[in-house]
Amino acid sequence: MTQPASTAPITPSFITVDGLTKQFGTTVALDGVDLRLAKGETLAIIGPSAAGKSVLMKCLVGIYGADRGSIILDGDDVSKPNADKRPEWASKIGMLFQQNALFDSLTVWENICFRQIELGTMNRSQAKAHAIDLLGHVGLAEESATLSPSDLSGGMQKRVGIARAISSDPALLLLDNPTAGLDPVLSNHIELMITKIAEQRGTTVISITNDMQIARHRYQNLMMMHNGKVYWSGPTGTIDDAHNDHLTQMLKGSSHGPITMRAGKRDDGVYA
Amino acid sequence: MSKPQNAPGDVRSKSLVDYLNDENVRAVLYQIIAIGLVILAGWYLVSNTLHNLEKQNISTGYGFLDLEASFEISETMIDYSAKSDYASALIVGLLNTVKVSVLGIVLCTIIGIIFGIARLSSNWIVRKLATVYVETFRNIPVLLQLFFWYALIPAAFPHPRDALEPLPGVLLTSRGMYLPVPLADNAYTLMGIAAIIAFVAIYFIKKWATKRQDATGQPFPMLLTGIGIFVGLVFLAYLIGGAPTELSTPALKGFNIQGGYNISPEFMAVLIGLTVYTSTYVAEVVRSGIQAVSSGQWEAADSLGIKRSVALRKVILPQSMRVAIPPLTNQYLNLTKNSSLAVAVGYPDLVSVSNTTMNQTGQAIEAISIFMSVYLGLSLLTSLFMNWFNNKMALVER
Repeated sequence: MTQPASTAPITPSFITVDGLTKQFGTTVALDGVDLRLAKGETLAIIGPSAAGKSVLMKCLVGIYGADRGSIILDGDDVSKPNADKRPEWASKIGMLFQQNALFDSLTVWENICFRQIELGTMNRSQAKAHAIDLLGHVGLAEESATLSPSDLSGGMQKRVGIARAISSDPALLLLDNPTAGLDPVLSNHIELMITKIAEQRGTTVISITNDMQIARHRYQNLMMMHNGKVYWSGPTGTIDDAHNDHLTQMLKGSSHGPITMRAGKRDDGVYA
Repeated sequence: MSKPQNAPGDVRSKSLVDYLNDENVRAVLYQIIAIGLVILAGWYLVSNTLHNLEKQNISTGYGFLDLEASFEISETMIDYSAKSDYASALIVGLLNTVKVSVLGIVLCTIIGIIFGIARLSSNWIVRKLATVYVETFRNIPVLLQLFFWYALIPAAFPHPRDALEPLPGVLLTSRGMYLPVPLADNAYTLMGIAAIIAFVAIYFIKKWATKRQDATGQPFPMLLTGIGIFVGLVFLAYLIGGAPTELSTPALKGFNIQGGYNISPEFMAVLIGLTVYTSTYVAEVVRSGIQAVSSGQWEAADSLGIKRSVALRKVILPQSMRVAIPPLTNQYLNLTKNSSLAVAVGYPDLVSVSNTTMNQTGQAIEAISIFMSVYLGLSLLTSLFMNWFNNKMALVER
């Protein structure tokens, strides 16, 4: 990918998304999304519902194949299905789902190390030890390892979801609304924990959030999506108050018709 | 609606009409009247029946069970002859019902799961074939299907003279299938006992291994050990029993085939008919169970790089079971109850034997009461087992 010479100093890009388009029937979920992120950077995606935020994440993690465009992750184009490379690519990415999507058929520790057990990279006792270690990282007691996910509270399930997402020590962490449905104290705690984990491991983080404050203060970059397109993106420090008001208004679901783009503010989603 | 004259504590002026208007009095009164009517109707029916039976000189009671049955039954799982009593005849019928029901339940579950999954296949041909199978056999009355299979088997297979032999010793004829069986020998009883001992041993070793793994993390090769213990013990029992090798092989003698184990066309028709019919319902139950698991579970497994087949086995099917078990129970009960249609193709099930008994003794009420209680009992047993299984499998909702 050739980087536009005018923008920003050149650092190697870890994720490069170019013109990503995804359609479901006649509905266009993603319409030419561009994104560039260096290793260890963090990005918050905000936008109203049905903006395509979750679809973008599912394309990144390989649940959906792209209709057009490319996703280069660590040098590999992961946008087209590839059964042989799938486990290898997937191990570079950890994803936390909005509803956690923990497997109720398995215990907590089996959930956390499901991929290690099934792909045979660890035997069961190694996997259990690894899972218990990860439980410590997310602030859960060892005793919860043998429980069923349905025995846990919402906050605990979220922690297990995070533990599962980081179990393969992924270079990229995708978080779909990590604090949705949690009380403010707990969501602050979870956000802090994610920041700490990411900093310790040098993980690249992409997070969908509806909280403008969290997006501005905890993430280095911000991407605003609307109707499957990138509406605004850039380092969080460069958002001015007018933008902030506009974005906030948008998140509140402004009923004043389609939001019009402000001239000259869109920057093609290029960071770094 | 408040009625001041009926307010609590007001006992001054209560006439009969006031009492009848009192909600509490009414509630009790209606129940007394309803129960009274039911008892009255029951008493009328019973006394009328007894009176009529007496008029026809028919004795009541279950004494006839000890009398000689004096009819033959074509397939029996226990020793039975025309000289046996009616009780034995009914037990033969019951065992035949249980045999076809249990086999039917096992087979329809296996076939149903396969077709249920196939209906959701991403392969167009597989999906359509499964749909055609389900929609065809689900929508034809099961009685007609029994007639069909019963008509097909004698027509499709040759006379015993020209029996087909697909495998050495296995004969296929218009009179059913013949299998070679080992001649009775003490060694086989011994092997059965050895198998039970092996299962008990495996159960306890498994318990110990799980406990040790939980405590120390040391895994134990349970599968290999289990197979080893089972095969080893059973083989040892075979050797101790003198390693009998004599087989009873089916062969043509005169006009019919003698020896071996005969699977009658009646039994095959009933088993195939019930299995095919019920498997379509099981397939639908399995399909709806799989679809009831949220798509997020597939996506989560996919995001971990897990193949769909593994996700289906480890994540989706176990969760769909909790939705599927109650309707599955219904289908098992239906199969057991539908097995009473076996009488239509002459398979000697409980209803068929009871009918003969009824015709010979005239004890219609008693015979019907027996097979109705037996079906009720079988169904309740099935329900109890499935409820236990459901409690074991069911997980608390998210």
